[in-house]
Amino acid sequence: DITPLSISLSPCINPKMAELGAGSLLLGDPAFNYQEAELNERLKRLYPAVNEDETPLPRSWSPKDKYSYIGLSQNNLRVHYKGHGKNHKDAASVRATHPIPAACGIYYFEVKIVSKGLDFLSSLLPLSPIPGWDKHSYGYHGDDGHSFCSSGTGQPYGPTFTTGDVIGCCVNLINNTCFYTKNGISLGVAFTDLPPNLYPTVGLQTPGEIVDANFGQQPFVFDIEDYMSEWRAKIHGMIARFPIGERLGEWQAVLQNMVSTYLVHHGYCATATAFARATETLIQEDQTSIKNRQRIQKLVLAGRVGEAIEATQQLYPGLLEHNPNLLFMLKCRQFVEMVNGTDSEVRCFSVRSPKSQDSYPGSPSLSPRHGATNPNLHSAGADSPTCSNGVTPPNKNKSHNKYPGVSSASSSSSSSPSSVNYSESNSTDSTKSQPHSGTSNQEETSDSEMEIEAEHYTNGVAENPSARIMNGTYKHQEILQAQDISLGNGVAGTDDSCASRQLCGGNQAATERMIQFGRELQGLNEQLCREYGKNVTHKKMLQDAFSLLAYSDPWNCPVGQQLDPMQRENICSALNSAILESQNLPKQPPLMLALGQATECVQLMARVRSGSCSFARVDNFLH
Amino acid sequence: AYCLLTSHIEVTATSRHYVDRLFDPDPQKVLQGVIDMKNAVIGNNKQKANLIVLGAVPRLLYLLQQGSSSSELRAECAVVLGSLAMGTENNIKSLVDCHIIPALLQGRCMLTVCVTPCQDPTVIPHLMSLLSRSQRTQEYITQIFSHCCKTPEHQTVLFNHGAIQNIAPLLISPSYKVRMQALKCFSVLAYENTQVSMTLVNVLVDEELLSQVFVRMMQRDQPIDMQLTAAKCLTYMCRAGAIRTDDSCIVLKTLPCLVRMCSKERLLEERVEGAETLAYLMEPDVELQRIASVTDHLVAMLADYFKYPSSVSAITDIKRLDHDLKHAHELRQAAFKLYASLGSNDEDIRKKITETENMMDRIVSGLSESSVKVRLAAVRCLHSLSRSVQQLRTSFHDHAVWKPLMKLLQNAPDEVLVMASSTLCNLLLEFSPSKEPILESGVIELLCSLTQSDSPALRVNGIWALMNMAFQADQKVKGEIVRALGTEQLFRLLSDPDSNVLMKTLGLLRNLLSTRPHIDQVMSSHGKQIMQAVTLILEGEHSIEVKEQTLCILANIADGNTAKELIMTNDDILQKIKYYMAHSNVKLQLAATFCISNLIWNEEDGSQERQDKLRELGFVDILHKLTQASDPNLCDRAKTAMQQYLA
Repeated sequence: DITPLSISLSPCINPKMAELGAGSLLLGDPAFNYQEAELNERLKRLYPAVNEDETPLPRSWSPKDKYSYIGLSQNNLRVHYKGHGKNHKDAASVRATHPIPAACGIYYFEVKIVSKGLDFLSSLLPLSPIPGWDKHSYGYHGDDGHSFCSSGTGQPYGPTFTTGDVIGCCVNLINNTCFYTKNGISLGVAFTDLPPNLYPTVGLQTPGEIVDANFGQQPFVFDIEDYMSEWRAKIHGMIARFPIGERLGEWQAVLQNMVSTYLVHHGYCATATAFARATETLIQEDQTSIKNRQRIQKLVLAGRVGEAIEATQQLYPGLLEHNPNLLFMLKCRQFVEMVNGTDSEVRCFSVRSPKSQDSYPGSPSLSPRHGATNPNLHSAGADSPTCSNGVTPPNKNKSHNKYPGVSSASSSSSSSPSSVNYSESNSTDSTKSQPHSGTSNQEETSDSEMEIEAEHYTNGVAENPSARIMNGTYKHQEILQAQDISLGNGVAGTDDSCASRQLCGGNQAATERMIQFGRELQGLNEQLCREYGKNVTHKKMLQDAFSLLAYSDPWNCPVGQQLDPMQRENICSALNSAILESQNLPKQPPLMLALGQATECVQLMARVRSGSCSFARVDNFLH
Repeated sequence: AYCLLTSHIEVTATSRHYVDRLFDPDPQKVLQGVIDMKNAVIGNNKQKANLIVLGAVPRLLYLLQQGSSSSELRAECAVVLGSLAMGTENNIKSLVDCHIIPALLQGRCMLTVCVTPCQDPTVIPHLMSLLSRSQRTQEYITQIFSHCCKTPEHQTVLFNHGAIQNIAPLLISPSYKVRMQALKCFSVLAYENTQVSMTLVNVLVDEELLSQVFVRMMQRDQPIDMQLTAAKCLTYMCRAGAIRTDDSCIVLKTLPCLVRMCSKERLLEERVEGAETLAYLMEPDVELQRIASVTDHLVAMLADYFKYPSSVSAITDIKRLDHDLKHAHELRQAAFKLYASLGSNDEDIRKKITETENMMDRIVSGLSESSVKVRLAAVRCLHSLSRSVQQLRTSFHDHAVWKPLMKLLQNAPDEVLVMASSTLCNLLLEFSPSKEPILESGVIELLCSLTQSDSPALRVNGIWALMNMAFQADQKVKGEIVRALGTEQLFRLLSDPDSNVLMKTLGLLRNLLSTRPHIDQVMSSHGKQIMQAVTLILEGEHSIEVKEQTLCILANIADGNTAKELIMTNDDILQKIKYYMAHSNVKLQLAATFCISNLIWNEEDGSQERQDKLRELGFVDILHKLTQASDPNLCDRAKTAMQQYLA
């Protein structure tokens, strides 16, 4: 119930409010904005598992959910009492804007008693509950130090509190308990078996009473993060010690299979073979098939979608015919790559003019980041593909880490094949992986495309005055860094190529080819519409792609995002999955399925209000 | 160069065989011999002694140090030496006499040797120099230091050899074991050592203050052992005065950490250590006691310490029962200690403690437990609570705590006696309802015997209790006290070297000499000795408080009817009173003036003569001067006295 100065938690039953309070939110106040930023940062750190779109965190007192005797000020953080305080009917309370989300795991707020006011009431008076509001509420009285829960009768709990004291309330949503703190000291558990969806609340009853809330706007007096660390350790310990029992023996096989299938899925052929040899396991898919897929993926990632389509049609006849949507996506991408100047259909026009030819000398630049920063990403690649299967939410920031080594293989094969260990294996793959190269000694002919690419790459970079490259013997590391920068800018050229970046590489013939291709694409869309009915997605895709032509500088236009090499990854993974599916192989690697499922489970835990989800984050286990 | 043990050890042929094999020219046979020896000595102290007598140690050391020995042989030799060191005190001495330590330091296994403190001054620098060798040596050497460091002298030796600077960097070692042993080492070094503690607060480890390193080690996700030991370090530093008790690292970190260690979730050992350390931390500081009393329901949490072995454990699990039984005493004494510390100053906390479930019953049964440790802690707890007037009047009386307390006093070690008698002092305060039954139980003899103890603390408590007992007591009790104590003992106590004893004895005298009939009676039988003692004290080198108390006794004597004459006829004493009336200390002036005032009081027989005599001696002049005194009390007292002349 509402008592003279109490800090409490109230349930979500909507109170019948006497009036709507007028909250004053000073948006223009710079100090407030600063505080807001600090609040956001602190809340994010304390409650990383909370999805505020679904369950917003309490950030202030609610001007709507308050009694008329309550006044709010200072961005709705300060509460003062403006009633008469003559009898218990004058008690009033206010609650926070939102209930405490279960995904917090552990939630904490503090209230500073700015002024205790004058006591007109004896706290011994039985206070009649106020309907609708205080049923099932949980609080801690300042006057007698009692705790009260649901009913009006208090239980001896802690010390009394008064002006100057900072009282904190911690809700543990893992074991559904609550404890209070006074000036940074934990007073011990006050309640157990708390119901869900409680609101931070304060009750006041005395004229002159003023309290300030801290929902994270300022550092807390109590070290809540230390308390959280204990629970994080507990839950991690629980996970680590989860009994595996008699199935122990199977685990190794399961794990090996997961690693192996992951490597195979992404076409790390040599690595997969080595892994299979070391663990004495078998690979389901045959080598040629893996290498074929790898080759196609490389083409897509290099922006040479036309060739990828050709290769797919040649190696997997009927596949694209049975997947018209996929084909349409590929063609759309091909169009975008033509604008980019990377697709072979336009590149062939500009081979002899290296200067102007290609804004993508680093078409292989997709991979370099890991090369420069994390040479062992091969084994660590697990975190990037989370987005490739569509189960887990795509993480754009990480996605360019994907497919380590796929395209660096082409660059390193021409430069320093042994400088980075992963590129070694993959470059060997790439040379062996050509479908028409049955044996490995056909390297020269087998990888003709790659050689063109490599040469072209070298030229392109060599002409760049800022490049520190000497005649093909450049340091691998440096090249990768240069590319990394260009990638980071979202501008996929070398430093000064931005200026020379032109539509279809600036070649007239190529531009005409592109226009023609656009018409064909339009035709394909109409044909698909006739056959399968209207497809909104296709229409949008086509519109976006064609929109590029409406701007003089497509790379810096509202739809310019499409030209980003990172955009190739989704289509690449879709194509890869389709190929695998056509071979009766799983279209997603089990590792990603497991990862996706774990992530989904944790999110589900938050929705069913299991607080431990806060400390069982999947990212905690990904390194 | 080793010492032979006494001759009662039977030197058997088999033992000799083991030693002989160590001298075999074939290294392979030597190795086998050492291995056999290893198997023979394990757990067999007699065999160990035999081998030592037969000279196995020098030979083993020789083999250990010999470069030509195979590493396998050297390892086996080291193991046997380690095994021999696990035997009796004498065995270890023999080993140390063989200069085993320097030799073993080249190997790895000297831990067991050094469990007994080593004396050799060269050992410590050598160990220090080995700290940089490897993580293993760091772990073992810090462990050796923690084990060996038993006394303040050991602390100083280690301190002087740069232990702090050498060990501090190990606190951030990548190895948990090293960090942990280094931390333990610091807790041992800092314990009750101001010099070490003062140095520790200024030590930086990787640009971070040591206290902050300890705070980090107390974080809740750290292993419990580490949290607890770090809390100990900070506790010791705080108690040694190196960290203020209101420092946030004590109030917000160390204290809550130690309270957590008392929680039910912790192991029994951890709960014992946590409670003891917490009791030690807050013993001198009422604010810390107040904070602890509201932290995490500590007072209620401690009640659980008395529930071992629990009824559940007895039925379900024998192993658990055994474990619980082993720790039950420790838990109880730790809880009593912590309650004692919590309640030592604050009345509200004492109330909270006595209101804890069955608290008084637990103390009462604790007083008669077989374990001395528990009895001592229980009586400490009782003593702490006995400082409360309210508790003395209520719960102490309700539970007749005086009964087990009296029983405890009959036959107990000195440390228990000190606490028990001190508690008894409080129970004998005049407002205590237990005073009567205690008197009737014949406590006086017991207290008198305490005054004859060699321990000053016991003498103080004995005489203190008698003093409390004599306060406003009837003639019968007073007579009994004087009779039981004996004037001889009373006057011996008046020349006691301990000033506390002297003060309380004077207090007893003062209490005996109150109300006129009592004064006259006591003075008529012991007047001469008392006047002698008073004279001696007033002439001696004593504190102001002692002299004030003595002058107050004189004032009481001056209040008697017949006793007055003992002063009036003693010119020496009168001169002394005069001297103190002109003393620079107001308290003494006041007491002396009071005495004169009593002598010249008008309404009594012979007051005129006394007034005249004192006027002759020049007291009026002094009184006149004192009416001008700056101290209002003294001024009033002098004026009142002067009025006796005017009337």
